Amino acid sequence: MSSAAAIYPVEGVLLVSIRDDITDTDIVDLQDALSERIADESANGVVLDISGLEIVDTFVGRVLAQLTSIARLLDAETFVVGMRPAVAMTLVELGMYLPENRTALSLTHALAKMRQMRDE
Amino acid sequence: MILDGAREVDRIELSGDRDVVRARRRIADRMDALGARALRKTRFVTAVSEVARNAVVHGGGGVMTVYAFKSARIGIECRDRGPGIASIEQALSDGFSTTGSMGHGLGGAKRLSDAFEIDSRPGGGTVVRMLGSL
Ligand SMILES: Nc1ncnc2c1ncn2[C@@H]1O[C@H](COP(=O)(O)OP(=O)(O)O)[C@@H](O)[C@H]1O
Ligand SMILES: [Mg+2]
Repeated sequence: MSSAAAIYPVEGVLLVSIRDDITDTDIVDLQDALSERIADESANGVVLDISGLEIVDTFVGRVLAQLTSIARLLDAETFVVGMRPAVAMTLVELGMYLPENRTALSLTHALAKMRQMRDE
Repeated sequence: MILDGAREVDRIELSGDRDVVRARRRIADRMDALGARALRKTRFVTAVSEVARNAVVHGGGGVMTVYAFKSARIGIECRDRGPGIASIEQALSDGFSTTGSMGHGLGGAKRLSDAFEIDSRPGGGTVVRMLGSL
């Protein structure tokens, strides 16, 4: 995988930050790498930080949705953080509602929500 | 034609997925330089990404030409010499894809642009033209 995405472990959660210049090939590679790491590191959760993305088109939107489904099968909850308002509006116009994706305002919020879910 | 009276200002070769990233970067930078509003830029650049990807994935590569206007608009033409589209109406409908992908790209690009034109026929390649406001 190129430097277009990076995966950092934080408190049992994998934080993934995606850069704006990510290609379709890179994001498919990211999907593979992340699936492996969720399993290898028994991660409880995944936070996808897309604050760097100026746009999310149908290809990237589909991969985000698939990442969430894969993580769920591996018993990890996924949060998407940092979605820009213009990106959210554009996704809806594309007809991409990402119903599987849980979103949080920031990494701190996502980590807090995950801690809460674990304690329940 | 929706690009009548416009001036060609840039040309981007589209042969692989890196070129799709390059096309959206170049158009986003141009829209920033022209003072485009954030939502308008996001919508138009997303539409550009979809048609550029289609030229690469379905059209076997192509070229995107960027046009400037005297008014507060930007235009693009995306041209490929691929297999063309048998039914444009079907291709524009959400969920229709001949490659098992989302099938929301072409119809989405039409909704996200201010004006949209497509010329395509089987064996004759595909040309998509779009306008966005700033
Ligand atoms: N430039 C093109 N050349 C040939 N066929 C195209 C082109 N653009 C779109 N199509 C056809 O239209 C269909 C729908 O396109 P789109 O909505 O972008 O969905 P997707 O790319 O996910 O298949 C494609 O599956 C393809 O059959
Ligand atoms: Mg497409």
